[in-house]
Amino acid sequence: MDDSGLGAAGVQLLTAQGERVEHPDFSLSLTNDECRGLLRDMTLVRRLDAEATALQRQGELGLWASCLGQEAAQVGSARAMAASDYAFPTYREHGVAWVRGVPPLDMLAMLRGVTNGGWDPNRYRCAPSTIVIGNQVLHAVGYAMGIQLDGSQDATVGYFGDGATAQGDVNEAFVFAAVFNAPVVFLCQNNQWAISQPADRQTRTPLFERAAGFGFPGIRVDGNDVLAVMAVTRYALERARAGDGPTLIEAYTYRMAAHTTSDDPTRYREAAELEAWRQRDPIERLSIHLMAEGIVDDVFLEGLEQEAEELGELIRAGVRSMPDPEPRAMFDHVYAERHPEIDAQRDELDTYLASFVEEGVR
Amino acid sequence: MAGIDGNEPHQMTMAQALNLGLRRALERDSKTVLFGEDIGRLGGVFRVTDGLQKDFGEHRVIDAPLAESGIVGAAVGLAIRGYRPVLEMQFDGFVYPAFDQIVSQVAKLRRRTEGAIGMPITIRIPYGGGIGAVEHHSESPEAYFAHTPGLRVLSPSDPQAAFVTIQQAIASDDPVIYLEPKRRYWDKGSVDDSVDPLDLAATPDPWRARTLRAGSDVTVVCYGPMVRTCLEAARASSEVSIEVIDLQSLSPVDYDAIVASVERTARLVVVHEASRNAGLGAEIAARISERCFTVLEAPVMRVTGYDVPYPPNRLEEFFLPDLDRVLDGVDRVMSY
Repeated sequence: MDDSGLGAAGVQLLTAQGERVEHPDFSLSLTNDECRGLLRDMTLVRRLDAEATALQRQGELGLWASCLGQEAAQVGSARAMAASDYAFPTYREHGVAWVRGVPPLDMLAMLRGVTNGGWDPNRYRCAPSTIVIGNQVLHAVGYAMGIQLDGSQDATVGYFGDGATAQGDVNEAFVFAAVFNAPVVFLCQNNQWAISQPADRQTRTPLFERAAGFGFPGIRVDGNDVLAVMAVTRYALERARAGDGPTLIEAYTYRMAAHTTSDDPTRYREAAELEAWRQRDPIERLSIHLMAEGIVDDVFLEGLEQEAEELGELIRAGVRSMPDPEPRAMFDHVYAERHPEIDAQRDELDTYLASFVEEGVR
Repeated sequence: MAGIDGNEPHQMTMAQALNLGLRRALERDSKTVLFGEDIGRLGGVFRVTDGLQKDFGEHRVIDAPLAESGIVGAAVGLAIRGYRPVLEMQFDGFVYPAFDQIVSQVAKLRRRTEGAIGMPITIRIPYGGGIGAVEHHSESPEAYFAHTPGLRVLSPSDPQAAFVTIQQAIASDDPVIYLEPKRRYWDKGSVDDSVDPLDLAATPDPWRARTLRAGSDVTVVCYGPMVRTCLEAARASSEVSIEVIDLQSLSPVDYDAIVASVERTARLVVVHEASRNAGLGAEIAARISERCFTVLEAPVMRVTGYDVPYPPNRLEEFFLPDLDRVLDGVDRVMSY
């Protein structure tokens, strides 16, 4: 019996012990390569996350919001998406950005402080990570409305957390998506904590049940079960493409690290809780399952470890050698069209900086 | 100059001119969509979008649920998808729920994505007082938006300017806060609809101020609803020759035009309905003192709304600058 709080409604295809189970409504059939791919994605995302956390500790990044423990919810949902679908992530969705093909160093550039963004969203069909809680969920709905206007079969996935469900924007997004029957999947990772506040300070009802009040289905899934997340997200995306409108998925998971590197979770939660969730680790359970099925072996896992080492090296070297932008770059792309104030103030900064050169200071 | 039916320019209200401009924008670009509360079936509470849903369809003129942040947030997604949304905030006092999406997302996404994503969104807001409205229906929020990098702010003052600049705002690849002076919606004026607003060689630059009346003694800078008031004041002034400049663009402000005028008149009065503290007038006074310090014969004076919440409408005539208060401001700079 799962004691995570997932409950009987929670869809599971892989138990915390790595045992494959069937579900009456959701099935998933993957090739061995796809299975190995999921394990690879999650393992490499965890390494990326660990490297970024370490780099922050060394003063190389200003901040990092770890996705430790949420790899299955992110990788499983993002792998369910088609290339032409569009993801709208928060600042914690490194696993989503990874699956969408965003280069690791691009994910770290904003936290390094060299850009306010990091990647071309249209290239990866993955919006910039959004920090204001809940804003991006409306963007996912608006984009989905555009898909409808185009008569296209694309869909969007709007990511957010349990804390964001208190935000007006998320509730407005639910209303708009329902009213316009927009092809959007609401992917809520309930990681149990909104910084220091537990989920029961965010809601009095299970989050997935809220969907009914807005007029579309809500499904709870074991967010640490990559297979179940993928199966449920595929189902929701198919509904969207078929013109059946939005679905809310509550991926029941756990934020195993601090909210960000600036946070100290020992002030508000018990070590025993973390330990209990460690026993439900998303990567460990998939690895056990795939080993038992003979889909991966020690040679594969050693190769993966080697690949993770190389990724870590690339990230460490890449972050440290990331060039600072030129000061005048802050004036670029503020406006699309010529703007006299921007031009004048760029010249003002240039002149000011040049005065130091003339004085031999720089 | 050919009009709608190939004849003379037409007399129409500002609301009608805006309607015609929106119609042209919808005809011009199939990616332009109108989105807002009650804009379709009803035609908008001020009828600015009257008939457009009937003529262009529910997929081009979209009635939104009653949620302003939702409207602007969804428009961000539409813009990422390649659409050019034109939004209506029903009243000035109702834009604040959307303030977060406007300043955090609309204003910043181009910069955040280094130009990969544009936000060609026009946000129409009926603003200002003078119509005897109830609480939250008479506000002048322009300074909030003018203060926000990444936004442009426009306000037309007559039907012709409305017809032209609404189309220019929509065509702009930058987000534009388009402030419509609601007390002037019913003012009639001549509209030459044969002009192509996107032909900048033939049409005035929307980001430039317009000198509407030449004068030699004092420059009066105004915009939106105060333009008519200031023109009336200038005409009423027999002793002092008043030059009236309509800013039209509140961000960026065309300071060169003000400087050129003040270099001749040496005196400046800035007039707006909005409260005084940290308003547009404060910024303009600072800029002109920087650039015209040795020319000025008097400090820059402001004639504005007071620093109080917009009063109940029985008192609004005392809050809003009128002809006499404008002339009082002129007297103060002349007698300094």
